[in-house]
Formats: sequence, structure tokens, C-alpha cells
Amino acid sequence: MTTILKKEIVAPGIKRFELSAPDVARKARPGQFVVLRVNEQGERIPLTVADLRPDDGVVVIVFQEVGKSTRLLGTLEPGDTILDFIGPLGRASEIEKFGTVVCVAGGVGTPEIYPVARALKQAGNHVISILGFRSIGLRMMEQEMTAVSDELIVTTDDGSYGTRGFVTDALRAVIERGTKIDRVFAVGPVIMMKMVSKLTEPYRIATVVSLNPIMLDATGMCGVCRVEVGGETKLACVDGPEFDGHKVDFDLLMKRLKVYLPEEKRSLELFEAECGRSGCCGGTTRCQ
Amino acid sequence: MAKVNPKRTPMREQNPKVRAHNFDEVPYGYTPEEAIAEAQRCLQCRKPSCVKGCPVEVDIPGFVGRIAEGAFLEAMKIMKRTNVLPAICGRVCPQETQCEGECVLGKKMEPVAIGNLERFIADWEAEQKECVMCEKLPPTGKKVAVVGSGPAGLTVAGDCLKLGHEVVIFEALHKPGGVLVYGIPEFRLPKAIVQREVQFVCDTGARLVLDYVVGKTRTVDELLADFDAVFIGTGAGRPWFMGIPGENALGVYSANEYLTRSNLMKAYRFPEYDTPIVRGRQVATIGGGNVAMDSARTALRLGAERSMVIYRRSREEMPARAAEVHHAEEEGIEFHFLTNPVRYVTDEEGWVRAVECLRMELGEPDASGRRRPVPVEGSEHRIPVDTVVVAIGNGPNPLIPQTTPGLEVAKRGTIVADPLTGRTSKRGVFAGGDIVIGAATVILAMGAGRIAAKSIDDYLKTGIW
Repeated sequence: MTTILKKEIVAPGIKRFELSAPDVARKARPGQFVVLRVNEQGERIPLTVADLRPDDGVVVIVFQEVGKSTRLLGTLEPGDTILDFIGPLGRASEIEKFGTVVCVAGGVGTPEIYPVARALKQAGNHVISILGFRSIGLRMMEQEMTAVSDELIVTTDDGSYGTRGFVTDALRAVIERGTKIDRVFAVGPVIMMKMVSKLTEPYRIATVVSLNPIMLDATGMCGVCRVEVGGETKLACVDGPEFDGHKVDFDLLMKRLKVYLPEEKRSLELFEAECGRSGCCGGTTRCQ
Repeated sequence: MAKVNPKRTPMREQNPKVRAHNFDEVPYGYTPEEAIAEAQRCLQCRKPSCVKGCPVEVDIPGFVGRIAEGAFLEAMKIMKRTNVLPAICGRVCPQETQCEGECVLGKKMEPVAIGNLERFIADWEAEQKECVMCEKLPPTGKKVAVVGSGPAGLTVAGDCLKLGHEVVIFEALHKPGGVLVYGIPEFRLPKAIVQREVQFVCDTGARLVLDYVVGKTRTVDELLADFDAVFIGTGAGRPWFMGIPGENALGVYSANEYLTRSNLMKAYRFPEYDTPIVRGRQVATIGGGNVAMDSARTALRLGAERSMVIYRRSREEMPARAAEVHHAEEEGIEFHFLTNPVRYVTDEEGWVRAVECLRMELGEPDASGRRRPVPVEGSEHRIPVDTVVVAIGNGPNPLIPQTTPGLEVAKRGTIVADPLTGRTSKRGVFAGGDIVIGAATVILAMGAGRIAAKSIDDYLKTGIW
């Protein structure tokens, strides 16, 4: 049992939890993830570690409510418990002094890239961060990212804040102004990571992407998270989650993410019909 | 002695037509009368060959003899001296090639149904108010960490506790039992039974830590700082694929994923349980082992109209237990022998729609001793499917070998351990079960666990490595 210590709403539909998990807090490194299961009937949900306070035994997760499981998670309040919390899983990001690195994040990829950007900064890199959001109301963690970046660029799809356009537009501008980039880290929607990788490939800028395939046990056992990288099948949970963006078959990943769409839709509808809309469960009782 | 009945006492089973649509256990078990009748067929050989056939050396004439007398409690006491998981073994051991395969009666008539009797006695005990506890030696003050709560780990834990050592079991998943809970379906091994036997090991004194990934949450070296010995029984987790085109298509599962979703996560009860599973109408399972039978039969229970097993050799070479193949056939599983997939055909959205196969012929025996399948040229044909389960085996789980410097690992990723002691290349670290020998059976893992426990005890007493 893992207790929720603090809850914040980061943006509409995006929540941030501080959890008491000393074993995980002590061991986790940037780029790694955890798996949690809210209750006995729940799914195993993989989430990237967004921040850590090892001395206090605190692990931070940020998640977007997309389906039933994340919606249910979002109904929990400080003091509530999560039945299972497992981690850290996956390989840690490769952090060293590369020179100039660009950290590109889209939406809820921002809290995921934050510990990576911070570690890169601490390792002595010149860090340029590019954050992309759909619109002004969805932006998040700007202050934290400013603190660990030498330069911060924010884009919005609709131009309501920062530069109008996509993260790739901002990245192209950085490349074209002549900045020598030694490495790009990209975390966000698959299509964004694909477009970033496509953009950097002709310039031969090493590009690391953090993949988010469907996972189940997340310890190398089930094989659902298989991705094709350079023509080889890899398991994102133990071989990743970070891979060379120039070698990843993003189209396959996008297809594989759709396997359970009908079931997810049905699950969410049932959840909403029962207690989601009115918020009747007041946190825990009925939904558990 | 009265004349022995040449036929064994049959065990009543659910009707195949009914059970193909539910997840309830297939055989019902013996009544006390049936158990006594069957136990009385035992000749009580003075030199029992059945015991030699058992990897954990259960005193078979001992417990069977007590059942014949109706002394069930005594029978259970004898059982628990060597085997803390009798309800599991009675259900999933390949008895026909082990104890029952060696039974003297088997030479002229049907061997004693030792597995059925083992199952009976364990289930009988569960219905009693109190269970037989293990006799324990005085505490030694030594601590043993057991990594993995599958059959190997549970056996090591049970034996080490009996020898007076303190035991902590670490399990990466949220439920204990390893392959017994994620792999073997409810209709063959009900989860409540696994839970009961795990509870027995805990009642004997083991502390169980779930959701704890040794190699990640804590390394083996870190465990060695707190424990006098570490046993690694992490099993064969990583699924193998054939490496043929289309294998990553939508609807192509590894058996591990398919069975884990259904068993551990209870996807067959979706949406009551949140984990989904694709309920295919035309399901092909690739492979011929017990896992393949489990997958094909699960597909049927999930509503498949057609559940097929595609196996590249013939029926004789199938590694699955005869009883499982028989159960599968009764339920209506279609077998395509001497057939090997070469690629999967997908639709525009990436879903598997057909499996393209070649017909095979059997040539000379290969390294495994089985006749090697050779493709028949020009025999390509397509079988329409919407779901595929690849059940061709599993490799060792890589997490611990990856994070334990100084631990010798063989070419295929298995941990190198002495078969006579379970000792690895690292002082104080023992290993056994599938992580050492590759994917095998529950009882072989238990046998390795018994050997390791004895060797752990020697090491803790003498300090000699």
C-alpha cells in the first residue's frame, strides 16, 4: 500500500501526486518509470517518474486522465492509498556531458522530461528546452523547466501563449540559427517524437525518444511492449524505454497503441455512467 | 491381498461442452471412498520405484498407505515432510512420466493414480479446521532471501523454514505464486489453491514482500548486506518469438501476455476487472507444449468459435501432457500438426488476418532427440485468424543477470548453478528452477529448490563455500 501525500491539478485533466514510496525514491533515476495498480480490479498502469525526494521517501507522478484507470486514479485524495506501486523500472537515461542538448517535450511529456533535463544540466550541459502545448490553459511546469534550462522556448498550437506552432517548428529554428546541438531528448505523443526524429535525422543529431507502448507486467515477461528498433524487436520495459529515435518504427508503435481502444471506450463509458460524471464517489469508497 | 483392480478409479470431470465456456476447474477430485479404493490398489512395494521417479522424493507408499487405511491426517503429515505444495503438484505435475511412470502396476495394468491421491489429500486437509503444520528446528538466527515466489522459491522457503532459518520472499508481481498465478489457468489450477499453499508457507514463518523487483528496487548485492544467503528463483519470463514477418501485428500475443491478462489480471471478467483482452473468434495458438494447450483452451473460454493449435511436428512429439491434449480435444480444439507458420498477413490497420503456413515432414532426429521437421516445398497455405498466441517457449528473465556483477550467466541468459548444490559463481548466492535450466515443469523447479535449500543449510552451518 502506497499513500498519497499531496495532490495538485497541473492543468485540466492533468494531476500531480506526491506518494510515499521510500524504496522507489531511493533507487529511481531520470528516465525510469513505475507501475501502479489502484485496487484489486485495476489495471497495471506504467507512469514515468516526474520527480523524487529520496531523503523524504517521496516519488512524484504526473498523469493525464484519458481512460477509466487514470480517471479513477484522479479521484483519489491525499491520505488515500494505492494498492500496488512497483519500481523503478526500465533503464535510466544516459546522462553525461554531451555539450549542448535540446530537451523537447509535448504536453504531459513535460513532467517526464523534467528530471532528465535537470540531470543533464547538473552534468554540465548547455540545456535548451522546448515545451509544446495545445493552448495556454494546458501549459505546465514552466518555472521548474526554466530553473534547469539555459534557454526555454514554449510553443502553443493555437498561438495563445509563447510561439505559435509545434515543437518541431521551434527545434527547426534552433537548428537553423546555427546552434550546434549534440543531442536531443524528446518525450511526448508518439507523433511528436516521430516528427522530431524525422527533423533531426538529416542533420545527424543524435535523438533519444522515450517510448510509451502498452505494458502489462513491465518486467520483461509478457512481451506486449515490443517495439521495432533498427529492424530488431525490443521490449520497451527492460531494453528501454529510451531508444534511438532515428531507428524506431513509430508507425508500428502507433498501431499497437490502438489494440484496446474499443475496450477502453467501453470501460470509460461504464465508469462515467456509474460515478464519474457526478463525482459521487467522493474519492474512494464506491470506486474501490 | 485381494485381487488388484486393473483399472484406476476414474476422476469425475465437468462435461466438455459445458466447461469449454467456463473457467471452473475441469476435474472434481475424489470422494474419500474413491480415494480409499484407489489407494488400496497400491502394492506397497518394499523398494518403491515411484519415489525414484519423483524429483522431490515424496514418500509415496507412506502417504498412499495411510489413505488406504482412511488415516488422512497421517497421510498429510507424511506428505508435508517433503512437499509443501501438494494441492498444486497433484494437479500440474507430469505424473505419467514421473511417479506413475515408474509404478510397478503400470507394467501390466493402469498405474496407481498417485497424482489424484496427492490432490485428494491436500484438498481434504483444506476442508479441515486445522491444518498440519511443519515441524521446525530451533531458530538458527540466519536469514535467507528468496527471490521469486514461484514453485522453486516456495520450496526453498518451506525447507529453509523447517531447518530453522528466517526467510523473506521477494515477489515482483502483486500476487505470489509466479507461473502458478500468471501462467496456469483457473480451470487447471484454481488461484484459491495457490493462495492456500502460499499461505501455508507464510504460516510456517515466511515473510512475503510483494511488488518488489529484485535487480531494480534492490540489487542482489544489496540483499547480501542484510541476508546470509540469497536464492534466485526468478523463472523463465521472457517470451520467445519466431522472428517471422508480421509477428508484431495487432492481435499477435505472446502466451505469457495472453495468459497473464486472463489469469493474473482476470481479463476474462472484463469490464468488472479493468484489464482488457482481445476476444478473438478464430484463434491460432503456435506451439505444442502445456502452455499452448492452456492458451488454446483459454481462447475457447473467451468465446472463440474456432481455437486451433498449430504445431510443426506430429502428435507424438508434442511436449504437452497427454491428459491436457486429451482435455483440449474433448473441448473441441482443432489440431494442425506438421504445420509451421512462416508469416502473418495483416489488414490495413495492422491487425492479423491470416497465418501463412508451410506443411512439414519429419526427417532425422535433431539435438532434442525429436525428428526434425522439414518444410514441404510449395505447400504454402493460409489459415484465416483474428488472434494468434505464440507459445513456443520462454527465456530466462534478464533483470537479475543484468544487475548482478560477478554472477556467471550462460549463453542463453540462464544463471550458471551447480546442479548438485544450486550454488552460483557468487558466494552466498544460490539459484534454481527455470532461471537455471530454462523453461521446464513445476516439479523440476521444486526439486531444484529442495537441493538448494539443503545446500543453503550446509553453507549457513559451515560457512564453507
